[in-house]
Amino acid sequence: MANSTLLPAGDFRSSYAVDTTIFPTTTSRNFAILGIALICLAPVIFSDYWLSILIQIGIYGIAALGLNILVGFTGQISIGHAAFFLLGAFTSAYISNKTSIPVFFAIPLAGVVTAIVGLIFGLPAARLKGLYLVIATLAAQYILIDFFSRAEWFTGGSVPAMAEPFSIFGYVLRGDRQYFYVVLAYVVVSYLLVTNLMRSRDGRALVAVRDHYLSAEIMGINLTKYRTLSFGLAAFFAGIAGALYAHYQLVVSNEGFGIERSILFLAMVIIGGTGSIMGIDKALALNNNLTFLREIAIGVIIIAFLVFEPDGLAHRWRQIKAYWKLYPFSH
Amino acid sequence: MNTQFLLQLLVNGLVVGTLYGVVAMSFVLIYKATQVVNFAQGELLLIGAWVCWTLLTKYQVPFWVGMPMTLVFMFVFGILIQVVILRPLIGEPIISVIMVTIALSAVFQAALKWIFGVNPQPFPRVFNSQAVTIGSLQIQTVYVMSLVVSVLMMIGMAWFFKVSKWGLAMRATAFNQQVAQSLGISVKTVFAMAWAISAMVSAVAGVVVAVVNGVSSGLSIYGIKVFPAVILGGLDSIAGAVVGGIIIGLLENFAQFIDSEYLHWGNLYEIAPFYVLIIILMIKPYGLFGTKDIERV
Repeated sequence: MANSTLLPAGDFRSSYAVDTTIFPTTTSRNFAILGIALICLAPVIFSDYWLSILIQIGIYGIAALGLNILVGFTGQISIGHAAFFLLGAFTSAYISNKTSIPVFFAIPLAGVVTAIVGLIFGLPAARLKGLYLVIATLAAQYILIDFFSRAEWFTGGSVPAMAEPFSIFGYVLRGDRQYFYVVLAYVVVSYLLVTNLMRSRDGRALVAVRDHYLSAEIMGINLTKYRTLSFGLAAFFAGIAGALYAHYQLVVSNEGFGIERSILFLAMVIIGGTGSIMGIDKALALNNNLTFLREIAIGVIIIAFLVFEPDGLAHRWRQIKAYWKLYPFSH
Repeated sequence: MNTQFLLQLLVNGLVVGTLYGVVAMSFVLIYKATQVVNFAQGELLLIGAWVCWTLLTKYQVPFWVGMPMTLVFMFVFGILIQVVILRPLIGEPIISVIMVTIALSAVFQAALKWIFGVNPQPFPRVFNSQAVTIGSLQIQTVYVMSLVVSVLMMIGMAWFFKVSKWGLAMRATAFNQQVAQSLGISVKTVFAMAWAISAMVSAVAGVVVAVVNGVSSGLSIYGIKVFPAVILGGLDSIAGAVVGGIIIGLLENFAQFIDSEYLHWGNLYEIAPFYVLIIILMIKPYGLFGTKDIERV
């Protein structure tokens, strides 16, 4: 089955291995590899403006990927994601500036630090049902942003913190064109990590917790463990994305990471489709300089999607794909 | 130690705290009756304040006419939100509902900035005298007014739930929707009424804050500060919301006193309630008066 180029009509998945495979056919795998190869050409083709948008999509995509583990798979909400993103950015800048650890290792380290801080806030709430995590992350958002503006040793206070450019084996990457590949590598790795997580026992446990926590518990799933795990993972990816952002912008400041940004992350997840990983990458290219009209649009879109299209764009995309696969006969 | 300063701050805290209490009360009203966690509560305050401001300054309506008009507007507005946006979501998972109210707050916030601009606007003077002196304390009249209005609203709310038919219907619905329905209570109407009343109460609080401080988008911070208050008081207890609000208000001002006298960190006033929030979630997540049936997992 795994070697066929087309899926035959009907659902012939007869083993779990086939059911959880990432690429159902060799064609789809080849297309995915081809797609990544094509994206590798982007720095040659696109102008600086479009390239910077692509990089931002990549960075925010990783953050949204993390949030999606929490919102889509475990069914919890965080409205402190922007603060965790910023924490990752400041941490990575701090590590690479103040110690001899190179940026290459500072980025994952920043992710770990963010995950730990996230757990400190999330631990009391992740153990409780329903809405308590939202409220705890709301507090985290305000406390962290306040901390950043206060802790001059860490963030530079009112002066933006400088971050070193990304370097690998002593070779310093300069400019968007080279940094693009770093972001691309992180997107691909994060995507693979999350997709594989969802195929594993742990990933299925998360979904089970979301769908029916009582049944999940009866089946031997440790609810506390999986709720905190998903929150820690979400914070981890926010930290990674923030660190990438820091070394992309080369300066980090508090500006623009208020609660609106956290809502923006939520919007990306909802519009992309909660519970779907590919959807995130198809979410809107959302960048800085929010005007009021745009904020309204984002809010309205969230509401509209939740009311009319709860499965997000990814669902629509799958439907369209399924339609064309079977064209012209519907069965 | 500066006793005079401390006393002044504690009076401040009491005034702000009762306002938090009122907003928390209207938050809990919605939560109890409809199981919706309303992240747009602060924006309801803001909308009420802007509507009243527009009536008073743009159309030159006297305050005693403008205020009832604002209340009528908010009544209709609350029903509209419930019917148009939240009714279709009944039965959806709780996180969808939470996200919708978060989005609502973003929409209102941005729309109001768009319509009225980002600059704070002074509210027309409602009272003439500036301050009353009690003992050695100077208290502004608007503060006294704020305190009186808040307490009146709390008494009104208590009466509403203890005596009036609608209040009883609402309590019955909060207790058990199916039983309430079988007794002939229209749950739909109760849901809409909960939003309408909550919007009205919030609007009164909004106008009170506006009279004291002027109208600006910063007013919606009351909707955020409501969370420490309701978590402290217990999420589903109206009395708890009032007590929680007052405690948070006092605590904020006490934090400011400690800050300005000893610590000099600056800005502790704003952030102290959120530390309290985290601590309460750790040790007593159902709050002081909440139902203790929260399931720990």
